[in-house]
Amino acid sequence: MSLFSKPKYSTVVVKKKDIPKGMWTKCPLSGEIVFNKELEDNQMVVPKSGHHFPIGARQRIAALFDENTFVEIDAGIRSADPLKFVDSQPYPVRIKKYEKESGLTEAVVCGTGEIHGIEVAVAVMDFRFCGGAMGSAVGEKITRAIETALKKKIPCLIFSASGGARMQEGIFSLMQMAKTSAALGRLAEAKLPYISILTHPTMGGVTASFAVLGDINIAEPGALIGFAGARVIKDTVKQTLPPGFQTAEFLQTHGLIDQIVSRLEMRDRLRDILRALYLRKLPPAKK
Amino acid sequence: MEKPVYTLEFEKPLRDLSTQLEQLRQQSLENNLDVGSEIAAIERKIEATQREIYSSLTPWQKVQIARHPKRPYALDYVELICEGFVELHGDRQFNDDRALVGGTAFFNGDAVMIIAQQKGRETKEKIARNFGMPQPEGYRKALRLMKLAEKFGIPVLTFIDTPGAYPGIGSEERHVSEAIAVNLREMAMLRVPSISVVVGEGGSGGALGIGVTDRVLIFENSYYSVISPEGCAAILWKDAAAAPKAAEALKLNADQLEKLGVVDEVIAEPFGGAHNDIEQAAATLRYALQKHLNDLRGLKGDNLLDARYERYRRLGLYEEAGVVHN
Repeated sequence: MSLFSKPKYSTVVVKKKDIPKGMWTKCPLSGEIVFNKELEDNQMVVPKSGHHFPIGARQRIAALFDENTFVEIDAGIRSADPLKFVDSQPYPVRIKKYEKESGLTEAVVCGTGEIHGIEVAVAVMDFRFCGGAMGSAVGEKITRAIETALKKKIPCLIFSASGGARMQEGIFSLMQMAKTSAALGRLAEAKLPYISILTHPTMGGVTASFAVLGDINIAEPGALIGFAGARVIKDTVKQTLPPGFQTAEFLQTHGLIDQIVSRLEMRDRLRDILRALYLRKLPPAKK
Repeated sequence: MEKPVYTLEFEKPLRDLSTQLEQLRQQSLENNLDVGSEIAAIERKIEATQREIYSSLTPWQKVQIARHPKRPYALDYVELICEGFVELHGDRQFNDDRALVGGTAFFNGDAVMIIAQQKGRETKEKIARNFGMPQPEGYRKALRLMKLAEKFGIPVLTFIDTPGAYPGIGSEERHVSEAIAVNLREMAMLRVPSISVVVGEGGSGGALGIGVTDRVLIFENSYYSVISPEGCAAILWKDAAAAPKAAEALKLNADQLEKLGVVDEVIAEPFGGAHNDIEQAAATLRYALQKHLNDLRGLKGDNLLDARYERYRRLGLYEEAGVVHN
């Protein structure tokens, strides 16, 4: 109870962990000071500079779907400890910590919902849970989201935010890359659209599997996206990396990303793409 | 059989005994002494020491064997178990990656497509083959050849031996992640039987990029891991020297991977590692490959793809509503 008996220095209680502590946040792009409430109301995008702060899975879902259309699936899937992995602390202890910090049960939230009336299956990753690392539970949930799209014959969207494969589940984490990609193979065969949205950051085994396999690959502005970490590359090649290396903008220039889309325009852009590839026509204009 | 080489750190006792033996032989030659019984005693000791060391190898020691400079590489096996290998170069787009080679060959008389990660033996070749670290073009060439195999209905055999895909600027600029990801998806959908063999190092996504196959075989001392033991140690233990601990925690050795259901069969190696008797290692591999190819011949079209999908679908262990699923 000592926590509650501490004197209060601030009247604002910030619940969301992805918001820097306090009432104000400094924009790393422009240096301007933004009120946190203003940030939250703007999907964590700094209104003036357009800088995208990371956003939690639930907050993203709330902003993305038509009201009251999102239905979560597979919420009961959690990480086990397949290898009985212990480093400086046992893996299950870490999991408990991630759960507490993020308020989530895993690094991805899945379900179905409607975007401007178009039903889609979705998986939204959350970097706050173990850096969004993909283990068996994440791989299973994402695979099931893809299989849900297949079963319901609807498009699939995956929002990636991940440091890569989860080391504590060893080879099983690696195999989730194969599992999710195999499911996307079936989705492609069924000619159902898959739109991948790469957000900050998307790295390693997640980039090298489902995140870049979209019929359409979208990235959020400024997102760090790559396979190997910049430090590893620097140590290997022993030269300075080009400016903007591994950013969304760099990858669009180099041909991996179809389009960079601001979070604030995401919902409408997804609608346009889904109309083109899935409905294949514009709905009749409302009179 | 070549004289065994003891170059690894944990082989020091054997190295010392070997030197003793050599010195004794030299002395007996120079001084014309009969040291037959002493030589026999040392030879017995070597045998006993070998048994002691090699029958209780730690995970980290096995990793060292997997990286042994004399370890047989993919093309060594291809030469021993296949006939008429015709190498097919290039991805038809940008380059020819010499760390990932491929081509047609005949295995016990039947045509197969070989896809192989290849390390170099001498310095010049090591550099030419980029130490077995493929770039995007390697994966794209592999896919081109697998599609070729599919078109003409011949099985695909892949040989995995890489520390990982190359982490370089060009590799990122040309999207090695995309090249690997596309292979994962397309290999899952390939309409011909496929078998992969981890002959040395199964380094993460770089290995998996040619590893989504109907069967996965692995040599006894090979490893297959989500991250190198050194990399894992540096991140989780904040100390690359903790690699032996990481190797143990990652459960990356062949026997452990078989228990986890990730590999289908462990190929036994000659005592102390495949480099001690490559012919024997190749013969064991040939037998296993033929057996699995025969098994797969019974699966056609969608049945083959469904079985492969299921193989990967069930990999992983998680909890659902309090129940652990594997």
